[in-house]
Amino acid sequence: MDKPELEATLRGFVGRETGPPVEGPDPVNEVMIRHWCEAMGDANPVYTDRDAAAASVHGGLVAPPTMLQAWSMRGLAMADLRQQQDETHSDQQLALHELLTQAGFPSVVATNSEQGYTRYLRPGDRVISHTVVEAISGEKATALGIGYFLDTRTIFRDPAGDELGWMTFRVLKFKPHAQPAAAAPDPAAAPAKPRRLRPPLGHDNQWWWDGIAAGELRIQRCRDCGTLRHPPRPMCGRCQSIAWDWVVSRGAGAIHSYVVLHHPPVPGYEVPLPVVLVDLDEGTRLVANLAGRKPAEIRIGMRVQARIEAMDEEMKLPVFHPAESGS
Amino acid sequence: MTSAARSAPLTTRRFEAVAVGDALPELALPITVTGIVAGALASRDFTPVHHDKAAAQAQGMADVFMNILTTNGLVGRYVTDWAGPDAVLRNVAIKLGAPNLPGDTMKLVGTVKSKDEAAHEVVVEIAGKNAWGNHVTGTVRLVLPAASGAGGAR
Repeated sequence: MDKPELEATLRGFVGRETGPPVEGPDPVNEVMIRHWCEAMGDANPVYTDRDAAAASVHGGLVAPPTMLQAWSMRGLAMADLRQQQDETHSDQQLALHELLTQAGFPSVVATNSEQGYTRYLRPGDRVISHTVVEAISGEKATALGIGYFLDTRTIFRDPAGDELGWMTFRVLKFKPHAQPAAAAPDPAAAPAKPRRLRPPLGHDNQWWWDGIAAGELRIQRCRDCGTLRHPPRPMCGRCQSIAWDWVVSRGAGAIHSYVVLHHPPVPGYEVPLPVVLVDLDEGTRLVANLAGRKPAEIRIGMRVQARIEAMDEEMKLPVFHPAESGS
Repeated sequence: MTSAARSAPLTTRRFEAVAVGDALPELALPITVTGIVAGALASRDFTPVHHDKAAAQAQGMADVFMNILTTNGLVGRYVTDWAGPDAVLRNVAIKLGAPNLPGDTMKLVGTVKSKDEAAHEVVVEIAGKNAWGNHVTGTVRLVLPAASGAGGAR
């Protein structure tokens, strides 16, 4: 399935329920509450101490509100995707995940959760969840890899239909970066150094990154009117031609503008990070980092020279340096 | 993570006694494999990356990492540790950044961001930072009892 076809199929999921409303396997109960409080180190007596709970605003034991989602989790079946599908073949969320797995995005990680608590749950409450796919992003480059963000919205109700709470949940379904062979052999060692974001690659821009890998800074050129353009894109903004080739830049130019990134911190990047927009001598502009000058020393118009440098064992990027004097 | 000793909160902060800008005491939670697995199973999350190191590495992580339900539970606990047993949580919204991996320590901090006098609601902004940066940022909205308050374990 190619990318446009995949994205069209993904859009077809938006607005659909993942399945019929489903009741959690266990009613709210003191045993699972106690296990939760142990794991979280939560000693709030309203969850586990009957006398204290009776004297509290709740008038009796309640479950930690943040357990809301836990009551709807399927448990061990989650560890085996095939088993899940056999059990719940109508589940559109699994179908969506499977679609992305087949398309080369096998991994999943949760990134956002928002829960609203309409009322606290008490032992004996039964929790019925109903989930709708709310949104699916386009392809995104993230620190973990390239992938798609999937948003769902779940309403939790009791058997009478009264709302107990709600949740919006976002996961990233992604293609992980290739692992370096020496991934964390020592559990006492510090976490592996995070790496820079990877670009999403496609037939519109792969050739540019291939150039970087080969040590060439390429600039796309319209084959009809000769106009240079960057970043890579399919059509000339001047004459609308889709015929193009490239020239190889010398990498020399002058700073047109710049920013210095201080916040937010992103794993793989060290701040303060100067990011410069450079007028290349060949006639288009390029954004890249600047090395060799403190932020206070950067000036508009300063002459710079790009060098292609390794960011880690698999990624190279152009980096600007102050030009040698006289150049 | 579970070894971070604490005492049960016995008194509840009163709405009037809380001011915008108040800081919650920092809570440093050591992250361990045991704590990650305990949180994953208590939240019924058997996704392999939260208990099986090989599965986590296949996904590009160095080791098993904390699941979002545990982060959510820790954020709720952090705020009610400060607020007390008669505080009622209304809403917890979190965003994850750097993963919580074994051997790291997450330091939770929080600040009172706003107060709604009519509803007796307080919004606390929280962040949990580890060696890589923010593991979690978010907000917690809760109701606190009035000073003259009816009900309450004190």
